[in-house]
Amino acid sequence: MTDRYDAIVVGAGHNGLVCAALLARAGKNVVVLEANDRVGGAAVTREFAHGYSVSACAHLLYQLQPEVRKELGLSPAVAAGDLQTIALAEDGKHVRLAANGVEGVSSEDAEQYRRFRKRMTRFADLLRKHLNRKPPRLGTKSRGDLFSLVRLGLDMRMLGKNEMQEFLRLIGMNIHDEVTERFEHPQLKGAVCLDAVLGTHLGPRSPNTIMTYLYRNAGNHGRMDVPKGGMGSFSEALAHRARSAGVTILTGMRIQRIVVDNGRVTGVETAGGETFSSYTVISNADPKRTMLDLVGARHLETGFARRVRHFRSRGNAAKLHLALDGLPTVAGLVKKDFEQRLVIAGDEHYVERAFNPAKYGKYSPEPVVEMTFPGFRDESLAPAGKHVMSAVVQYAPYGLEGGWSGASKQAFTDVVIGTIARYAPDVASRITASELLTPADIESEFNITGGHWHQGELTLDQFLFVRPFAGASQYAMPLDGLWLCGSGAHPGGGVSGAAGRNAARTILEREKQA
Amino acid sequence: MKTYDAIVVGAGHNGLTNAAFLAKAGLDVVCVEKNDYIGGASVSRSLYKDWIYSNCSYVCSLLRPEIFRDLELHKHGLQITPFGGSVQFMQNGDYFGSYHDPEVAYREMARFSRKDADAYKRYSADTLRQCRFIRDFLLSTAPDPTSFRPKDILELMHIGGKFREMGENRMYETIRFWTMSVAEYLDEYFETDVIKTALSGSGIIGTALGIHSPGTAYVLLHHYMGEVDGNIGAWGFARGGMGSVARAIAGAFRTYGGELRTDAGVDRIIVRNGKVSGVALENGDEINGRIVVSAMDAKRTFLACMDKKDLPEKFHRRIRNFKTRGSSGKVNIALDGLPTFPALPEGSSLIHGDMHFIDSMERMERAYDDWKNGTWSKDPYVDALIPTLTDPTMAPPGKHFMSCFVQYCPHQIDGRRWTEEEKDAFGETVIDQIANYSPDFKDLVLHMEVRTPQDIEDEIGITEGNIFHGELTMDQLLFNRPVPGFAQYRAPVSGLYLCGSSTHPGGGVMAAPGANAAREILSDLRRPSTVPETFGDD
Amino acid sequence: MNRQEVHQGRLKSPFHSCLEKLDSVNEWHQWSGYSSPNELYCSDTEYFAIRNSTGVFDLTPMTKYRITGPDALGYLNRLVPRDMAKVAPGRVAYTVWCDDNGQVIDDGTIFHLREGEYRLCSQQRHYDWLLESTAGFDVTIAHETEDVAALAVQGPTSFAILSRMGLDGLENLKYFGLAHFDFHGAELLVSRTGFTGDLGYELWIEPGKAEALWDALFDAGKLHGIRAIGTHALELARIEAGFLAAYEDFLPADETVRTGVSRSPLELGLGWLVDFKKPNFNGRRALAREKREGSTWRLVKLDIEGNKVAHASYIFPNSRASGDNIGFVTSAAWSPVCKKNVALGTVKAPHGKPGDTVWVEIYYQREMHWNRRMAKAVVVDKPFWAPARRSATPPGLY
Repeated sequence: MTDRYDAIVVGAGHNGLVCAALLARAGKNVVVLEANDRVGGAAVTREFAHGYSVSACAHLLYQLQPEVRKELGLSPAVAAGDLQTIALAEDGKHVRLAANGVEGVSSEDAEQYRRFRKRMTRFADLLRKHLNRKPPRLGTKSRGDLFSLVRLGLDMRMLGKNEMQEFLRLIGMNIHDEVTERFEHPQLKGAVCLDAVLGTHLGPRSPNTIMTYLYRNAGNHGRMDVPKGGMGSFSEALAHRARSAGVTILTGMRIQRIVVDNGRVTGVETAGGETFSSYTVISNADPKRTMLDLVGARHLETGFARRVRHFRSRGNAAKLHLALDGLPTVAGLVKKDFEQRLVIAGDEHYVERAFNPAKYGKYSPEPVVEMTFPGFRDESLAPAGKHVMSAVVQYAPYGLEGGWSGASKQAFTDVVIGTIARYAPDVASRITASELLTPADIESEFNITGGHWHQGELTLDQFLFVRPFAGASQYAMPLDGLWLCGSGAHPGGGVSGAAGRNAARTILEREKQA
Repeated sequence: MKTYDAIVVGAGHNGLTNAAFLAKAGLDVVCVEKNDYIGGASVSRSLYKDWIYSNCSYVCSLLRPEIFRDLELHKHGLQITPFGGSVQFMQNGDYFGSYHDPEVAYREMARFSRKDADAYKRYSADTLRQCRFIRDFLLSTAPDPTSFRPKDILELMHIGGKFREMGENRMYETIRFWTMSVAEYLDEYFETDVIKTALSGSGIIGTALGIHSPGTAYVLLHHYMGEVDGNIGAWGFARGGMGSVARAIAGAFRTYGGELRTDAGVDRIIVRNGKVSGVALENGDEINGRIVVSAMDAKRTFLACMDKKDLPEKFHRRIRNFKTRGSSGKVNIALDGLPTFPALPEGSSLIHGDMHFIDSMERMERAYDDWKNGTWSKDPYVDALIPTLTDPTMAPPGKHFMSCFVQYCPHQIDGRRWTEEEKDAFGETVIDQIANYSPDFKDLVLHMEVRTPQDIEDEIGITEGNIFHGELTMDQLLFNRPVPGFAQYRAPVSGLYLCGSSTHPGGGVMAAPGANAAREILSDLRRPSTVPETFGDD
Repeated sequence: MNRQEVHQGRLKSPFHSCLEKLDSVNEWHQWSGYSSPNELYCSDTEYFAIRNSTGVFDLTPMTKYRITGPDALGYLNRLVPRDMAKVAPGRVAYTVWCDDNGQVIDDGTIFHLREGEYRLCSQQRHYDWLLESTAGFDVTIAHETEDVAALAVQGPTSFAILSRMGLDGLENLKYFGLAHFDFHGAELLVSRTGFTGDLGYELWIEPGKAEALWDALFDAGKLHGIRAIGTHALELARIEAGFLAAYEDFLPADETVRTGVSRSPLELGLGWLVDFKKPNFNGRRALAREKREGSTWRLVKLDIEGNKVAHASYIFPNSRASGDNIGFVTSAAWSPVCKKNVALGTVKAPHGKPGDTVWVEIYYQREMHWNRRMAKAVVVDKPFWAPARRSATPPGLY
């Protein structure tokens, strides 16, 4: 392989594939190199027990950006669409939340929820525009940057005085205060808090959690879908688009290093000793892995390397997969409710208490859980009459005291199943196999440093102008020819394709200027 | 009946400052105070014969020197003496001290980590840069970014200009600084737990946040931006206690012809035809005034002292949602002699400064978890000082007292009032923690005053006993303080103003809110400002 | 418990007692925590010892780090803009090091002690920055300030003194070279370096042998006019030699609070240290941009008319001092050896090219009264004092 590619994309995560496809559409000769045997990165479907498959990491589609959908002509097949969130209560009086309404609460709460959602959706839409754009640099004389900044200001102004005031107030606030100001019902408060903290190292009382809530809603207005065939089939579809645009995708290609020669990247070298040459290397891997492991700090400047090392990316979300020989029984739920999204979030205090131990390197003794039963309308995932449960469980800190071992994983699995059993007493008797993926497992299986959902904490100090690092927020790294296109770059994680699309556009734009 | 030009409600340091600047402008001003003493929370009362305490606020550095100078507070008896150093007692019997001399401070830090000792320079420069940035805005009104008035736009452009002046990289640093947690900020400089712990305290003092909560790095600033004689970050004692601050400002106020009435608690702010006309006192008297300036916190002003129907509904709701959760307690302990701290070498100067009895970031954060659970920290962050070492006039000769600021302490226990037993237990928690490092401490205790946020509320009137009259979170700073659209000291009722710490730039004995409010009032009255300009860059 | 508090006063260098014995004026200041003499007898005399015979200055408080490990060269090459591959074992290199923005953190010397083993010597402490820079390199940084006592032996008779002391073969030591000798069973490192711009050496030894070294040196120097000197004399000599001092002619970039007050090597006239052929070093990208787009500041050496020293003077483009100043003087002195009024300063580019004429505004006091004078100054590009003897090998036996 001595041919030189126009671009090499390291990692076939959804962002890598989006980026590759868009570059190929622009006539580039692109190769995508994926370490694992299947494409998708953390958006894959795989068997975890004989006959049982599941979306191994990300399991819900709610953030895919319309721009990406449109430009690549994607229309993911959906097993269950527009999910309700059912916030479980031990007494069976569950609360059902949809994007624009809620059932099972007082009429005051319902009205407040409607207003809350309306405002959040409006703010999320504002945010969304800027998620699909390269963030501006500050203090430059570039017209593009200035224009972008002015647009941000104008977009806020366009909200109107009152809503702009609220936006500026809420963006730095915590979700706890907002839900306690508005709502009475514990499960309603818990469920909203859960959405704000999923995938982060934050509790509901942590300032910044309104921003993470908005982020989650910036894409599809809070609409959540279960992709048919699991998330992997979405990735396959994406890979198909890429290939038809001319992208070469090679799996089983673990990158050993990004080759730096005379101060610029010239290609990559795989663990198997193969070399691929290109003056443009775009990494879908997380920023730390890219800069410290694949490139190496010695090729960076000291201050920049320090910023990379301090990028916070310790994950807290674990995945629990259960093979079930039948659906568990939950008081107050009927069978078809299992196609919805079930959450165990208690109230806002429950979520905060679940977070506390994570600060000290311990897992939650009473975790928060987001469950889906993707096999409910999708026979491809489980044998007939059987089911799979795919759950996101928090908090399971990456840096568990003593480390994650077989014993600690078993203990935490028991904790989670025990927690679920408070709502579904027969769940344990239904389990025929289980798999727990801790952030440490996610790190080793999906090559994400810290096993973090967003490849890096989504807080205001790692957002927009300063994501992933101050001075390197526009996908170009301070090493000629090296780019980032993963969730660690602006805007962040979730199966959205935004980072990949923004990166591709920035690369093409830069080429035009040159 | 007489009509005053202005009635200032509350004779705390901000109310008095505001009253003084209004009186200086020639207005006929009365300042009314509910208690029989003045000062609000900057008060030194002698509750025990021969003992004077700074009962609430206890150290002084934030007081703006512009105001000190302009009101000639030295003529009214105010004298501030800096003190240096601090010590962190450690569970392993060691201690970490900080010293006034930078080389000694370096050597002490190097005892734990030479890297940290060197990183301190970078930390100081980066933090000082943020101090300088914010310090310029303390004596100015926060511009409203949603407004189209030329004044706001000009002020915003001025801030934007200052921001741009920092250069691209430092602009990013600034954004990060304002949004990150103090723990993460310190992680970027230091590796030693006890050093980070020592520096993190300033990030949470008075807040209902933990060291890991985003936004606390800024709070750090709130405690660093003070100065004593130009030494940014230095702290000092007011001679005779913090009451001297209030007495001095009151002295200036009287010099300008102002009238001070104590035992005159306001029951109600009277609104007639959409305009304030005066106040009704708790004793039934009414005082007429053309304007009313409230130094009370925003909640007490609008929710307790006003009729809901006199306020716009949205404003009322936003004030209700203004967060004022109390998180700090105060314990003053009278001592029969100077306690000994065996961890410290003989004759160590460190007892002259702040003493802390907590040595890890985990203990700091756990202290916060207790507060979240609705109770006081069982292993609290205590900022203890022995002011009598610097100012021996505050206790009988040979005796001392220790001022202990305690974080965290909730306004209520599990949502109900504190019982006497719980208050005692809270005091004991503090004494026990100190006694772990000072074996003779308990035997020296003569008496003590315990103040929970609830006591602060009962005594001084601050809602939920929040020492800053409202939490210092990102959503309640600058143009959001106390609520969006009303961050420029004017209430939505004609003639009514706020001048307390609920307004920009917030709490601490800074007197800036009082001064800024006076400037806005005088501008509304079309009178020349008597409020000094900021000293600016130095 | 009988715990020792961290030392509260000033530290004493291993040469302190030697200095104290010779001290008659008791004029000390603090340098990196140590007591260091401003002068010991009379700074004029001490200055002329440097230029006329030999002055001995206690360098121990200089910060010293030992850098070892397989990646030591790679590490240093990323740390500093200069190409360290060209610095062979037995050689010393003067260099600056920069932050990512190409702003100078400090300057100092790097000694290539033995193959792959280096010492970095600087005015300020940089352990934080040096350790932060190790990521990705197999290298060890050891702080050795307290483990190495050091003396500067500077002046025309310095070679004669050290030869008399028995340092055989010293005559072959070239300018910016270093050599190892045995001294009473300890390793004595001698480098032909200094801060005076004259013939001179620096001696490095373990602290336990410091006093013996001092005695041997002063024994040998008796007939060659050896004299212990303080900082005042050294300061005058370094200005004549055109050397920069941190906190005077530039500020360590990592300690600056305001923007625009730090300087790049290009702005300090040290462009010759920046090797753009190296693919990566701290500040490279920023310096390349600066080189392309032009620098903001320029360091100037000024030869000023008259004899009034231009301390902290503003610099103007014309004699009327009309309009804005273009910069200011950072170090100034009357040079006794050149009989010139000299200064280092910083001016805004494009002013300050060699040969340009500028004007400095000098304030000076005579019998309580202050006077002001606008003095004409010429920008020169060579050090004011650079005698051939400083680099002649073999050096003269003066």
